[in-house]
Amino acid sequence: MVKEIERKLPVVHMCTIVPISQTVGANRIVPTIAIPHPFGDPTKTPEEEKALRRKLVERGLKALQTEITEQTVFTE
Amino acid sequence: MAFKVVHYINQFYAGIGGEEKADYKPEIREGVVGPGMALKGAFKGEAEIVATVICGDSYFASNMDEATKTILDMIRKYNPDVFIAGPAFNAGRYGTACGAMCAAVAKEFNIPVISGMYPENPGVEMYKKFAWIIETPDSAAGMRKAVPAMAAFALKVLKGESIGKPEAEGYIERGIRKNMFYEKLAAERCVDMFVSKLKGEAFETEYKMPVFDRVPPQPAVKDMAHATIALVTSGGICPKGNPDHIEASSASKFGEYDISGVMDLTSEKYCTAHGGYDATYADQDADRVLPVDVLRDLEREGKIGKLHEKFYATVGNGTAVANAKKFGAAIVDKLVADGVTAVILTST
Repeated sequence: MVKEIERKLPVVHMCTIVPISQTVGANRIVPTIAIPHPFGDPTKTPEEEKALRRKLVERGLKALQTEITEQTVFTE
Repeated sequence: MAFKVVHYINQFYAGIGGEEKADYKPEIREGVVGPGMALKGAFKGEAEIVATVICGDSYFASNMDEATKTILDMIRKYNPDVFIAGPAFNAGRYGTACGAMCAAVAKEFNIPVISGMYPENPGVEMYKKFAWIIETPDSAAGMRKAVPAMAAFALKVLKGESIGKPEAEGYIERGIRKNMFYEKLAAERCVDMFVSKLKGEAFETEYKMPVFDRVPPQPAVKDMAHATIALVTSGGICPKGNPDHIEASSASKFGEYDISGVMDLTSEKYCTAHGGYDATYADQDADRVLPVDVLRDLEREGKIGKLHEKFYATVGNGTAVANAKKFGAAIVDKLVADGVTAVILTST
């Protein structure tokens, strides 16, 4: 899916199993928290969880605003 | 004396549990567990499973380095002659774990490593260079076919018999080149092949060219404050009740859902259709998979121009690559037509 989208629009793949994303061929990759809750952490309070989610989404937006020439994993 | 085998399986095949137990930490048990029973039968006494490693699929995928190290330490004292993982069929996390463990064991102990997977399992592309991966059907219904093939192949390798081409032996091509002697000279074979090709006849290349399936990155988004951002997911998020009946695995379709005016994905209205991970957390709060709430905040603050009024979702669980490609192509055409600037694709 990610490659077909990339043919026409910039896309960031936000996922937990980064090696799979790399093998599939996503270009902009942001690692997330865990498989059943990539953008959350049920052990935290709802406020903390949302702050964590926001940090990840902002990282995704940063990835979309970064020029790249090859597959790049954005960890900060 | 029988060859010593260490077998790797996941929490499901060990009978520990399904997705709710996918966080199960690595454990080693003496002897045979689960599908090891069938392997044992197929070995007919020529090889013996001395120990079985069990690890939860999500645990392995989320802690690959640590899990690998722990498992290598567990295996060491058994001093195996061969390591067998799976079969994993088309289970992505399981296949990745089997492949990663095969690669690590081969490197650490320098013994043959064998797994079994469906060719579209992501573990194949990642680890086929490092392991003999026997081609299996896509689901556990193929267990009866997969296990004897893996066992027979393992015995062959253990006895030092020569291994033929992938098609003949039933393993997935590893990209290994082998020198061979032929009766005919290379030039002659080349011309023969060319003539066959011109005639439209079948011919077999002696050196396959690698297939590079890569898409160049799109230019970066210049003006995020005026950009329309769309959300797409393979995590199965959909309105409660799954109105489009997206399949829990091997999805044949994707859904398009209107979120105009939706500020937050609540448990009253949204859930996941995905059958390949523990749905508890996504069903409690679907923003954990598809971060609509945060994007609404960013939209209100002017950090992004706007969140696209529709999101697209499918289930990425054993989904055929051909289907995933088709969904991606169809979704992006809709997004382009709607004037979307860029996409956040989330996966579980």
